[in-house]
Amino acid sequence: MSWEIVIGLETHAQLSTRSKIFSGAATAFGAAPNTQACGVDIALPGTLPVLNRGAVERAIRFALAVGGELNRTSVFARKNYFYPDLPKGYQISQYEAPIVAGGALTILAGGAEKVVRLTRAHLEEDAGKSLHEDFHGASGIDLNRAGTPLLEIVSEPDMRSAEEAVAYARTLHALVRWIEICDGNMQEGSFRCDANVSVRRPGAPLGTRCEIKNLNSFRFLERAIEHEARRQIEILEAGGRIDQETRLYDPERDETRSLRSKEEAHDYRYFPDPDLLPLAVSEQWIAEIRSRMPELPAARRARFESRYKLSPQVAAQVTASRDKADFFERSLMKIDTETYPEAPRDLANVTVGELTSQMNERGLEFSQSPVSPEQIGRVQALVLDGTISGKIAKDVRKAMWEGEGDPDAIVARRGLRQISDAGALEAIVAEVLAANPRSVEEFRAGKEKALNALVGQVMKATKGKANPQQVNDLLKGKLSG
Amino acid sequence: MIEASLAELADALAAKKVTSVELTERYLARIDRHQGALNAFVTVDRERSLAQARAADARLARGERTPLLGIPIAHKDIFCARGWLTTCASKMLANFVAPYDAHVIEQFGAAGAVILGKTNMDEFAMGSSTENSHFGPARNPWDPARVPGGSSGGSAAAVAARLAPCATGTDTGGSIRQPAGFCGISGIKPTYGLVSRYGLIAYASSLDQGGAFARGAADLALLLNAMAGFDARDSTSLERPKEDYARDLARPLAGMRIGLPREYFGAGMDADVRAAVEGALAVLRTLGATAVEVGLPNSALSVPAYYVIAPAEASSNLARFDGVRYGYRAPEYGDLADMYRKTRAQGFGTEVKRRILVGTYVLSHGYYDAYYLQAQRVRRLIAQDFVAAFGECDLLIGPTSPTVAFPVGAQVSDPVQMYLNDIYTVGPNLAGLPALSIPCGFGAGGLPVGLQVVGPYFSEARMLNLAHQFQLATDWHRRAPPGFAAQ
Amino acid sequence: MSLSSSDVLRIAQLARLEVTPAEVAAVQQDLNGILALVAQLQAVDTAGVAPMAHAQDVMLRLRADEVTEADQHRLFQAIAPQVEADLYLVPKVIE
Repeated sequence: MSWEIVIGLETHAQLSTRSKIFSGAATAFGAAPNTQACGVDIALPGTLPVLNRGAVERAIRFALAVGGELNRTSVFARKNYFYPDLPKGYQISQYEAPIVAGGALTILAGGAEKVVRLTRAHLEEDAGKSLHEDFHGASGIDLNRAGTPLLEIVSEPDMRSAEEAVAYARTLHALVRWIEICDGNMQEGSFRCDANVSVRRPGAPLGTRCEIKNLNSFRFLERAIEHEARRQIEILEAGGRIDQETRLYDPERDETRSLRSKEEAHDYRYFPDPDLLPLAVSEQWIAEIRSRMPELPAARRARFESRYKLSPQVAAQVTASRDKADFFERSLMKIDTETYPEAPRDLANVTVGELTSQMNERGLEFSQSPVSPEQIGRVQALVLDGTISGKIAKDVRKAMWEGEGDPDAIVARRGLRQISDAGALEAIVAEVLAANPRSVEEFRAGKEKALNALVGQVMKATKGKANPQQVNDLLKGKLSG
Repeated sequence: MIEASLAELADALAAKKVTSVELTERYLARIDRHQGALNAFVTVDRERSLAQARAADARLARGERTPLLGIPIAHKDIFCARGWLTTCASKMLANFVAPYDAHVIEQFGAAGAVILGKTNMDEFAMGSSTENSHFGPARNPWDPARVPGGSSGGSAAAVAARLAPCATGTDTGGSIRQPAGFCGISGIKPTYGLVSRYGLIAYASSLDQGGAFARGAADLALLLNAMAGFDARDSTSLERPKEDYARDLARPLAGMRIGLPREYFGAGMDADVRAAVEGALAVLRTLGATAVEVGLPNSALSVPAYYVIAPAEASSNLARFDGVRYGYRAPEYGDLADMYRKTRAQGFGTEVKRRILVGTYVLSHGYYDAYYLQAQRVRRLIAQDFVAAFGECDLLIGPTSPTVAFPVGAQVSDPVQMYLNDIYTVGPNLAGLPALSIPCGFGAGGLPVGLQVVGPYFSEARMLNLAHQFQLATDWHRRAPPGFAAQ
Repeated sequence: MSLSSSDVLRIAQLARLEVTPAEVAAVQQDLNGILALVAQLQAVDTAGVAPMAHAQDVMLRLRADEVTEADQHRLFQAIAPQVEADLYLVPKVIE
């Protein structure tokens, strides 16, 4: 009998505020140790938290994006435990009354859409970092990260495979960047996942789950879930029992191991933080934020499918980030899509293929592209009006990536304009036929493929500037004549 | 000069009859002379104080005239003052030089007041006698064998002994009013949220409130004018227009309705205390006030509710004292957990540890609802009692404490007995109401008795009005402890 | 509800306070005395009464998202028990 894997994710998204959630210290990544830890962050006696409006705004944006319910009143609580990277001896978080309840995310996995329900999302502060390089047997504590705002997003246990979990994480990652609440930088820890994994026989009640921490890449998330499911299945098949525990994924050894040190005395003594009054979110504030919300990825994907006739796969790829989708739409602006209904699909393919690999190679976002969407659109326009061929278009874009400037200038400077003068082309075709008697014979003997060789020769002779369709027609005319 | 009110001191400074440096020197000399007997101060820093006095004199010389400019003040050692040791009377912070100023310190600094020193207190403000101090108990100037009350006992003793004309304190369950009563001076705890808690080392955040001591109520009004006010760094600080707390001082009491909570006048109050409080009521009646009996039916629950809520908050507030970033760290330890346990066991005193343990317990899994949540529900019942009572009267009066000052050592071994000293004072903290204590006579052994006044939210000016009118008709607040009068 | 000595040790562990075997009995007695005092609360009917967490019935004020704090780590670390390379040092943290 088979096993079913049940997965829920808890994601910590660092909110992209300038200052910390409860203090005026900066949140920039990579500063020298403890230079961005102010009195509140190092918990000097007598210091007090004051909530950052920017963090709340981002939580509201998230709620609107996932269709979650915004609690008009939410409460900050203290989660009490001792750890050297937790200066106050408690983390300020939301417990019984989180700011966002419910909501859902639609993911695309295995070619099918699936709705993953969200349990809640709440605001909390990040902890500092323990550096484990050895200081004569001691650890060093850097509190720069302490107090960085986090939105903890908790999903229902709705995923049934590592693939779905990764699709969820990717969709959520794209969304938080899309609505500009988190920079999504996983290397810097701005977007971190913990996975709750259990296994069961299909139809059986939920099994005992383990929480796997430290999943800071999609690949680790996938491997950790697969490994953990295997581990649990092996235990159960051997007649064993799963203990509910927290496990740490070790990417170097590709295994999870028990984190017992953190489990000991698990009693956080949550209570409402007396330093922070209840947080109210007014209708007016919500309406104001709603009015500034961008078109969301799902809506945009649907619009791209219907308006531009993109396939669901390509539409999903073009809308993988807001940058990319914006780039694509801006590249279309100078093209008359009524006359050329194929153009959006061609440009979408260029965007998800060639452009995306250029960005990846350069480590750039679409918004940072050295080639503008208008320039990409212009290249396509030149193809559509017959000025250059599709093959030449690729060369023109290549030249643009190399910094050669505007497409029109490149075409002119390099003499890439398509040969449309029929007389000139006829002369070249005649030369090619004369130089390739064997191909001519073969074609006449019924070998259709021989025509391709002849087309290739003509294109070579014209340095690609001939219109392939026109060459085809000319050749056929001559050969049958 | 040391018997002068703050207004009189300000006049003398303005008229150049005395300089701030001279005044500061005079008080520093008195502190030197009496510190041994009273142990009212934890830190005195002559040079720092004199530097501030010189700066105040320069401002006076430029013609600046503000009510507190050049006037010395003692601060409870719970307020962070940049460059000053700020110990909270704990071994845990015995070496803690504050790197920043509390809002209260900034306010008095801006007003031109001169810091005379940091006063002794119960460790982390936990106590009712100032015996729980790492630096030894403070003493009551009326009888050094007795406690000055607590937790702000050093401030109260200093003002009573004329070692300072005024002082700050904090009041979480009576820590200003009870020592004011025991030492025969005036002390006010304002409405919660009126004085910023920024820089006040937290004991129980939802109850802690800064306030002041002086001999008379008119002085308290001036002090409150300086220290009250909105501070964006404290999320519980209230955004309200500035008020002049002295505005009603001269108002006659005719027509004022005074409520007498029958629960405060029942059994439990010593006979000498009752006699003094009833004497005070008679005075208020002659001033035109009328009295009405009111009920605070849940007041017996205030000590139990307080001793759940305050320790719960304290157990969390004091978790930051872990030997990592500041303060004490145990000299010898094994691993990290051992470092925490030893640092905290050695750095905190007995009462602090007791309250941390109680607080940890009442918040722990399985007990939260029965203790903490229940205490918070009872807290609301207590607050509602006050609201109902104020439907029938303007202000409430009663005893500040059930007894006069008790001997040093008499109650240290019985925490519950000690907690019951707070029976009349914790209610206003739970409700967040303003309350003050003024001297209203003497009881057994010639020891002072305090009269507590409790008002509706933001009624400080009206409460000070009652206190001042009472003090115009009596001289209890002018009595100096034998041996501490002007020489 | 009365605490046993093992309850006392469990609470002390949660609070990171060392209580030595010699101290347990006295601490246990103190805590049970205090719990007896607060036990009166259990008898109160509070059905329908909302818990009161704050002294004032007001909502949270928010601050603008602005960086207002400058680096002061030298000042702060001047009073730290153990610092090296601008880091606070603690006994080895084991994860």
